[in-house]
Amino acid sequence: MAHQEFVRQLEGGAHHFQSRRSLLFKLHIDPVLLVLLLILSSVGLFVLYSGSGESVAHVQKQAMRFVLAFVVMIVFAQLDPSVYRRWSPWLFALGLIALAAVLVVGTGAKGAQRWLQLPGLPRFQPSEFMKLAVPMMAAWYLSERYLPPRFKHVLGVLVLIFMPVVLVIKQPDLGTSLLIAASGIFVLLLAGISGKLVAGFIAVVGAAVPVMWMFVMRDYQKQRVLTLFNPEQDPLGSGWNIIQSKTAIGSGGMTGKGWLDGTQSQLDFLPESHTDFIIAVLAEEFGFIGVALLVLLYVLIVARGLYIAIKAPNSYGRMLAGSLTLTFFVYVFVNIGMVSGLLPVVGVPLPLVSYGGTSIVTLMAAFGVLMSIHTHKKMLGK
Amino acid sequence: MNAGRMLKDPIREKQIFTFRAVLAMFFILIMAAGLLTRIYYLQAVDFEHYTTLSDKNRMQLQSVVPTRGLIYDRNGVLLADNQPVFSVSIVKERSPDLEQTIAQIGSIIELTDEQVKRFRKRLSNRRKPYEAVPLKSKLSEEEIARLSVKRHILPGVEVEAELVRHYPLGESMAHMLGYVGRINIKELKRVDPVNYSGTNYIGKLGVEKFYEDVLHGKVGHQTVETNARGRVLRVLGQEPSIPGRDIKLNIDVRLQQVAIDAMAGRRGAVVAIEPSTGGILALVSTPSFDPNLFVTGIDHKSYSALRDSLDIPLFNRALKGQYPPGSTIKPIVGLAGLDTGVINRQTKMRDPGWYQLKNDERFYRDWKKYGHGVVDLFDSITQSCDTFFYDLAFKLGVDQMESYLDRFGLGSRTAVDISEDRKGLLPGRAWKRGAKGLAWYPGDSLNMGIGQGFMLATPLQLATATAVLANRGKWYRPRLAQEIYQGVSADDIIEVPTMHDGTPDDVVIKNPDDWNYILGAMKAVMHGKKGTARGSGRRAAYKMAGKTGTAQVVGIKQGEEYDAEALAERHRDHALFVGFAPYDSPKIAVAVIVENGGGGSTAAAPVARKVFDAWVLDFPEPEEAR
Repeated sequence: MAHQEFVRQLEGGAHHFQSRRSLLFKLHIDPVLLVLLLILSSVGLFVLYSGSGESVAHVQKQAMRFVLAFVVMIVFAQLDPSVYRRWSPWLFALGLIALAAVLVVGTGAKGAQRWLQLPGLPRFQPSEFMKLAVPMMAAWYLSERYLPPRFKHVLGVLVLIFMPVVLVIKQPDLGTSLLIAASGIFVLLLAGISGKLVAGFIAVVGAAVPVMWMFVMRDYQKQRVLTLFNPEQDPLGSGWNIIQSKTAIGSGGMTGKGWLDGTQSQLDFLPESHTDFIIAVLAEEFGFIGVALLVLLYVLIVARGLYIAIKAPNSYGRMLAGSLTLTFFVYVFVNIGMVSGLLPVVGVPLPLVSYGGTSIVTLMAAFGVLMSIHTHKKMLGK
Repeated sequence: MNAGRMLKDPIREKQIFTFRAVLAMFFILIMAAGLLTRIYYLQAVDFEHYTTLSDKNRMQLQSVVPTRGLIYDRNGVLLADNQPVFSVSIVKERSPDLEQTIAQIGSIIELTDEQVKRFRKRLSNRRKPYEAVPLKSKLSEEEIARLSVKRHILPGVEVEAELVRHYPLGESMAHMLGYVGRINIKELKRVDPVNYSGTNYIGKLGVEKFYEDVLHGKVGHQTVETNARGRVLRVLGQEPSIPGRDIKLNIDVRLQQVAIDAMAGRRGAVVAIEPSTGGILALVSTPSFDPNLFVTGIDHKSYSALRDSLDIPLFNRALKGQYPPGSTIKPIVGLAGLDTGVINRQTKMRDPGWYQLKNDERFYRDWKKYGHGVVDLFDSITQSCDTFFYDLAFKLGVDQMESYLDRFGLGSRTAVDISEDRKGLLPGRAWKRGAKGLAWYPGDSLNMGIGQGFMLATPLQLATATAVLANRGKWYRPRLAQEIYQGVSADDIIEVPTMHDGTPDDVVIKNPDDWNYILGAMKAVMHGKKGTARGSGRRAAYKMAGKTGTAQVVGIKQGEEYDAEALAERHRDHALFVGFAPYDSPKIAVAVIVENGGGGSTAAAPVARKVFDAWVLDFPEPEEAR
């Protein structure tokens, strides 16, 4: 694997771009993805400035994280996909141990243990690490086997997914466990498991829900679930956030109230306006047009990711790139869905816009992996 | 590796993947469209609804409290104004833990148990949620600073300035002005809830209570933008409040002070009225209290000290003190005698020092043990001969006496703008039968003729009756307010309250010269050789008229604790005096009572003389100005 060749065809004409493009290629950077991510993160900083109450300190800190995250992305892009592939089981095992350790010696705030502080290492969240390790593991496991996967292999992958998901739920961190589970399941779906299997699975889950509801769950648990899906029942408690965010979005109208002029966000009615609920700030200040443009940006990034996946030279790369891309969209869908009141409130940030360090770094690392898959192609794969 | 393992087919794997990836993209587009549909639904279809919700969040309608009208004396001296006072209050809904917050405030500034107790009471009587309830008022500069520094750890705690009533002259005006205090539940039911929506204080007593509607003004409203923590960021629109109107009283603070000084710390009352208008120039009840204590809420200790004091400083003697008028009513009884013809100016009798009814063994004694000798009506007024008046009272009978005394306002409330005064008691046959279940005896008439027995009158009533005498029967109802200033806008119409409409009928007598006779006798009281108050009329630059009186103590309230010395003092007679000056053109009519002062001539008349001197000689300006 020492010898590598680039098979990428340069477009005709525009010779003055050639040097820059080849420079980016030597750096293993996909220019399309890079530009889209740069646009997204700039938009994110703009909205963050408003959502944080015009806090320059927040914007500066977030910008520093972006710089770090882009560096991480470039570093991850340099490694050959075969390295990721070879290391997948070991990274997965390491992640599982770290997750178990978090439950024992982890630190955290607000009643959730998410962080691991190891001597000589910076504090980190093993659950974030698993967002990469789980799809890698699933892709490695399946790429070693006949595709589309047989039933027992599907079960094997499900067991692999199940272990970290349970550990993360225990922290508790519902949002992250959901993303981890999704990343693993996407690998399964992309690997080509049969539609009958998917339908059967959905049918089993669908049948289990009413049974659980009728016979297993207790009243207080039912009440919790009901509140989760209908926050308006508790307008001053858990419903407050969602009522305020819907009000912010709705009152923005088609064109919005203008940057820094959103009354819901600027007058502090909207909680978490710089973190999970930042899309409401954008919706209030830039209206439907702003939201539509942002969603378009996300869809373009996803489309590029899937394009990279399709073009990948082997099953491992395909499944990993596809899973990471689809997981990225899960962030977007769950976040906007919960802020707009379609989905229950689970702690999922709006990728590359919400304030907060760990998810940005993880996301950019995933894009680094995507770029690596795209730019380290062997003739053989073609 | 596995024997049964099929060969991998890269082409097929890629085909499957590509198909699935395209399918995924398709789903993603559907989901993105779903999100956008949801957002579109919120932003376009339900736009109006959410705009309303958003405006409701940030816009609040607030009451703008009108500034309470000021009160001036007749010369424009400020008697009641509004001063900013800082107080710390708590909004319960914004405080995460009320008990902890109170404890925290207590560690920053001094809080008494009573303040906390009162806070809880006010909290339970709150009118609406999110209303700030005061915990401690009249914060010092230092306390304000300390609280401001710690404000970030005290959510729901507010330090706010409000305009609070202040009485610059304190004690000296308390019984006349009354005071304002925090509105209580009972008062809230009485007032217009909209107009008082932002008002914390209401007139509790005196002028403040009587002219509450005039002084309060009309509430305004403003729409403000607030943030989620309720802080007001800007005013979006407003309808200004209409401030209360200012009131100019007839009182002259200088005269009031002269009267207070003349009382020299003794218990009693002085009421001075301008006969030509009925304007009350001075209204003094001693001892008094500081009305400023009551405005923001008096503490329990100070209140019990005032309430339990033997001198009852909270009691308004001038309006509510009901005393036997004693000899001060003799001029009126005398006038009744002349007007009814039961006696004339020539009627004389010999006074042995006592009087006896036929078929009655009881002796009705004169205050002078061996009598006044041969006296006529003039002498009897001048020297305050009781025997002559026993005889006159017997001849007049109760009905005629009652009728004449009633025409001078005794036994009824006559003031225009005083609501707290008492009626006194003008006894008659009907009253006695009703109240005592007994017939009226001739002896009752004798006592009534010298102002003793059942009869009671307030200092205000005596001053009013004296003003009517000075006016030779012309009536003007006594009134505190001289002028109520025009409101700021034309539609600011306020019903100015009055206790009574019209004026009582003037006292008309058959022979107007009888006025000269009676008033002349009152003049001789001050200036005659044998006048009972000649000591107080001596060396005056003008002529005055008056009548002394002495009332046996039945006690408005006896001390509950036994204190021999205090009780002995409190069993002495009350000293009374009524009079007017100058004699030729009366400018002031006065009633003075000094409780347990002894004789009217020695204790009460000198007080009146000082008041006369001040008004006639020292303060001529207001007379010229008018």
